[in-house]
Amino acid sequence: MQIPLSWLKEFVEIDVPVELLAEMLTKAGLEVSHLHYIGLPQTKVEGVRYPQSDHLVWDRERLLLGAIREVKPHPNADRLVLAMVDYGGAELEQCVTGAPNLFEFKGLGVLPHPLWTAFAAEGAEVWDGHSDTPKRMTLKGKELRGIYNKSMVCSDKELGIAEDHDGVILLREQPRTAHGQPHAPGTPLADVLGDVVLTVELTPNLARAWSVLGVAREIAALLDKDLRQPSHQVIMDGAPINGQVFCEIRQPALNPRFTLMLLRDATIQPSPEWMQWRLKLCGQRPINNIVDVTNYITFEIGQPLHAFDYDQLVARVGGQAPTIITRLPEAGETLETLDQVNRELQGENILVCDTAGVLSLGGIIGGAETEISATTRNVLLEAANWHFINIRRTMQQHKVFTDAGVRFSRGVHPSQAILGVQRGMELMRQTAGGQVAKGVLDLYPQPLPMVQLDLPIREIERITGIAMEATTAADYLSRLGFDVTIEGPVLHVTVPDHRMDIGTGVIGQADLIEEIMRVMGYDAIPTTLLDDLLPEQRNNDALQWEEITRDLLVGLGLRENISYRFTTPDREQALIAPNGRDLNAHMDYVQIANPISPEKSVLRKTLLAGLLDNVRANLRYQSLQRVFEIGSVYFARPDQELPDEPRRLAIVFAGARQATNWSIKTSEDVDFYDLKGVIEGVLRGLHIPKFSFTRARHPSLHPGRSAALLIGDLNVGAFGELHPVIARRFDLADVPVMIAEFDLDLILGAVNGLHHIQPLPITPAILEDIALIVKEEVNAADLERLIWQTGGPLLKDVRLFDVYRGPQLGEGQKSLAFSLTYQTDEKTLNDAEVAAIRKKVVKAAEKQFGAVLRSI
Amino acid sequence: MLDQLETLREEALAALQMISDSASLQAWEGQYIGRKGALTQLLRGMGGLSPEERPIFGKTANEVKQILTAAHDERQQLIQDRELAQDLEQGEIDITLPGRTAQIGGLHPSTQVLRRFYQIWGDMGFQVYRTRDVETDDMNFTMLNFPPHHPARDMQDTFYTTQPDVILRTHTSAGQIRAMWEYGDHGTKPIRVVLPGMCYRFEQITARSEVQFHQIEGIAIGKNIRMTDLKGTITEFAKRMFHPKAGVRFRASYFPFTEPSMEVDVECCVCGGKGCNLCKYSGWLEIAGCGMIHPVVLQNGGYDPAEWSGFAFGMGPERTAMLKHRITDIRYFWANDQRFLGQF
Repeated sequence: MQIPLSWLKEFVEIDVPVELLAEMLTKAGLEVSHLHYIGLPQTKVEGVRYPQSDHLVWDRERLLLGAIREVKPHPNADRLVLAMVDYGGAELEQCVTGAPNLFEFKGLGVLPHPLWTAFAAEGAEVWDGHSDTPKRMTLKGKELRGIYNKSMVCSDKELGIAEDHDGVILLREQPRTAHGQPHAPGTPLADVLGDVVLTVELTPNLARAWSVLGVAREIAALLDKDLRQPSHQVIMDGAPINGQVFCEIRQPALNPRFTLMLLRDATIQPSPEWMQWRLKLCGQRPINNIVDVTNYITFEIGQPLHAFDYDQLVARVGGQAPTIITRLPEAGETLETLDQVNRELQGENILVCDTAGVLSLGGIIGGAETEISATTRNVLLEAANWHFINIRRTMQQHKVFTDAGVRFSRGVHPSQAILGVQRGMELMRQTAGGQVAKGVLDLYPQPLPMVQLDLPIREIERITGIAMEATTAADYLSRLGFDVTIEGPVLHVTVPDHRMDIGTGVIGQADLIEEIMRVMGYDAIPTTLLDDLLPEQRNNDALQWEEITRDLLVGLGLRENISYRFTTPDREQALIAPNGRDLNAHMDYVQIANPISPEKSVLRKTLLAGLLDNVRANLRYQSLQRVFEIGSVYFARPDQELPDEPRRLAIVFAGARQATNWSIKTSEDVDFYDLKGVIEGVLRGLHIPKFSFTRARHPSLHPGRSAALLIGDLNVGAFGELHPVIARRFDLADVPVMIAEFDLDLILGAVNGLHHIQPLPITPAILEDIALIVKEEVNAADLERLIWQTGGPLLKDVRLFDVYRGPQLGEGQKSLAFSLTYQTDEKTLNDAEVAAIRKKVVKAAEKQFGAVLRSI
Repeated sequence: MLDQLETLREEALAALQMISDSASLQAWEGQYIGRKGALTQLLRGMGGLSPEERPIFGKTANEVKQILTAAHDERQQLIQDRELAQDLEQGEIDITLPGRTAQIGGLHPSTQVLRRFYQIWGDMGFQVYRTRDVETDDMNFTMLNFPPHHPARDMQDTFYTTQPDVILRTHTSAGQIRAMWEYGDHGTKPIRVVLPGMCYRFEQITARSEVQFHQIEGIAIGKNIRMTDLKGTITEFAKRMFHPKAGVRFRASYFPFTEPSMEVDVECCVCGGKGCNLCKYSGWLEIAGCGMIHPVVLQNGGYDPAEWSGFAFGMGPERTAMLKHRITDIRYFWANDQRFLGQF
């Protein structure tokens, strides 16, 4: 909301710089996000930081109020005129200007009433009106088509008021001071039009402050000043309203109050310049006097108004006095609203109707048929009140968000309707003439009860920690308009009738405490550290082991990714190779009902699609990629409202095994065993005792180069080389890619935080290498397992250190070389004892795998 | 024979004088005093001597060997010293060549900042309590004093799922009631927890807003928890997270689930409060929303608001990382561009 400081000053005395005022409002919860200076200088306030503004400060000597007495034609140019300006000097100043809004006065001789304008004398600094980007310029004398010119009349843009450069500022009425004294020509312009417009951001609970009066009320409380209420006296000299219009409320819960007044013989014309000026500063385009008054009142006191063309209402019912009815729609009813949309009305849309049909969507937007037009003579003015939640729901249903609707949706108190209709009607009478029908048609069937509650003073201390005198608390509340009486340690509080946000009982007490703190100022609250009983402290094992897993992966050289949890079924379907079985197919996606974009339509069921996309993008910058992600996937559950959200760990390796540089000129590609080594590293780091690997059929993996990870008998996921078809789909066909995805909950479920260590040996070990020739199809792990099984208790370690194939071994043969460690704490072993064990091992290998001992 | 010994001695010592490198010294050693050297050869000829001459010859030969060995060792020391000196002087490499790249991993910046949060809050007795991403409308809104269709819901644009009343949580406050139920034991025990997690909002993705982002929520409930504690605790946190001397500002604000509610700003870490691009020339950076837990929420969590009180706060790890590391575009976080991640 934009609010001119000059308008605020109509309601409250402001004796602090606007920068300090902005800081105070911000701290009290009315965030002032911007100060738009119009000609006035910025004030430095100690302790207040405010963005330095680069606005134009109006030169008090050279930017003056001018009065154009005559507009003469330019002798040499049709598109220029000569404005003869009285700026308080001895003679009129001749300004050459091309302002189009002066042309209608050209050649009329001396004007009967001068046109008031902004006059800039030589040397004045203004914005360049012809520049697209903000650019300052200083006025210098020069010839314009043969006429010497050293001053100008200014547009909004040149003065930094608004972006308009369609013409110069022209006022037909002589500007006046706040006290009604006319400003003389030559008065510094800053004293006439200088202002500061505050942009105030309001949270939804601040409906009461959504107006100039509302903000002024907050200022009055903060500065401890009196609030000057606007007058709502109306001069009513027409016939009584009774009999000219009737009214009926059918849904008092949705439409608590409805008020009407009638103005006859109004003249539709532009509204007065002071009103247009204010509306413009508030960001509202002026339209005509009737519509402008409805907007003006909305800004001023926060009560939206709606004006009907009374004669149209009469015509709709065949010349009778109309009856306004507020009700819910009948089946199939529609309404064409002011924005030319034909709307199908729904269930709880509260409507303003007459006996002939629907007139407007109550509290939100009017109908096209009965709106004010240039030929309107008689105006029926509505100020009503609507239930805020119903208004919000209706706006969302129809996707129409008007100033009036948004205000009502935040909660306007019904008491404001009567003020609004009276003040609005009087302003219409003053600006459009005519006679106001006597009386207000005011339907308020179930007046809201006055809210009264008690606040024990100790409750303030219990919640805030501040011991406060009852009188102090009462003072803060009364500054905001609360009526407070003190009885011992208790405040009896009556809530003022502009507020809907104060509850009763313990909730109301919290509401009041907040108000007391706001007025006192949050700066004044001291700081303490918690000295309450420390609650029971707990570990979070799931998180702790998840973080340890991250640390292990980082230690192994992997970089963590965090991806969008949104994806599409198509993207994840791309991970299923032809004829592959989607392992997640039996679980449904969590589908987003209102996706922000088509590629974010569901929550992911796998981390792999996102990681592969990341790797693809990053291969542009580095030929080596090792990344992981730990995070949730989401499976809808048919039997439960909320989905399952298990944790997954995914890893992707792509490209080279090693980074190359000046010394390491080439690198081999990553392969299955690079990935397997990292997985083993993580499992060892987590001290998971019993893990093993088995061949896997996984829809995303190369069938020959993939494995499943087993912990005990539990399959916790698979890893291996990305299936070549899928690599093509992810545009990764040109690099080797290894992937893994595991159920992290299952892995971490196997973690036992108390693993036991092996004591260090006290005797020397005997190391021995043996190489066994076996057929190609024998798995190294199977041979290793056999060695372990036959080696007996003295065998302490078995490590494969070489795999060799060569012509001397013959086709289809390979040699697997193992390093064996023998040791016992009981004695130092000798060669004979070791030889005996080796013999047993070799014999078993011969028997089971047809192995031949190649060398020792 | 003794003459030959004398000649050998003189010849060997003369030759040794000429030697200046380890290889020649080794050759000299072989030639004169090694197993097949000249001295050994002479000793083998000792059989031709008379029994009287033998001990004299043997004694002299031994003396010659000792002299030559001593001379050799002396020479060796000299040569080694010289060679060492030479190596130290001349063995320079180009130390400006880059090192061989080690494979370096790294944590995502959000994880790093979250851990910092866990640590600071953990020190103050707040433990991590995690809850789900996909929540009921009830937990995310209604129980937190956002009634259905209430205008406060306009503050948080929501992703809905196709399951009625199931949404993606818009804030980690959605876990407050679950934490109170689980740890509060029907409103009989104090609690202090922080709730981290991913949150989701229906917002256009821009440099300043994302559809998903982390939040970390904290709640403390007890019989003696006051607004002064909230202010002190948050100030303490800000000093540890940002700067020990960081100025902190509290502003009134509105959240349906706290009252009184506040927003917290710290002095801009870039300009120190003078005003810059990051703080939009205000000198302040918003870091948290907080307040005293609303009586309705306490009630929904099982506590009697006339007896118990508490505070709650919410912060954004990505926003915190942006402020600390001057990240100007929130979209960097989920793009996973290694040129960004590699800087953490």
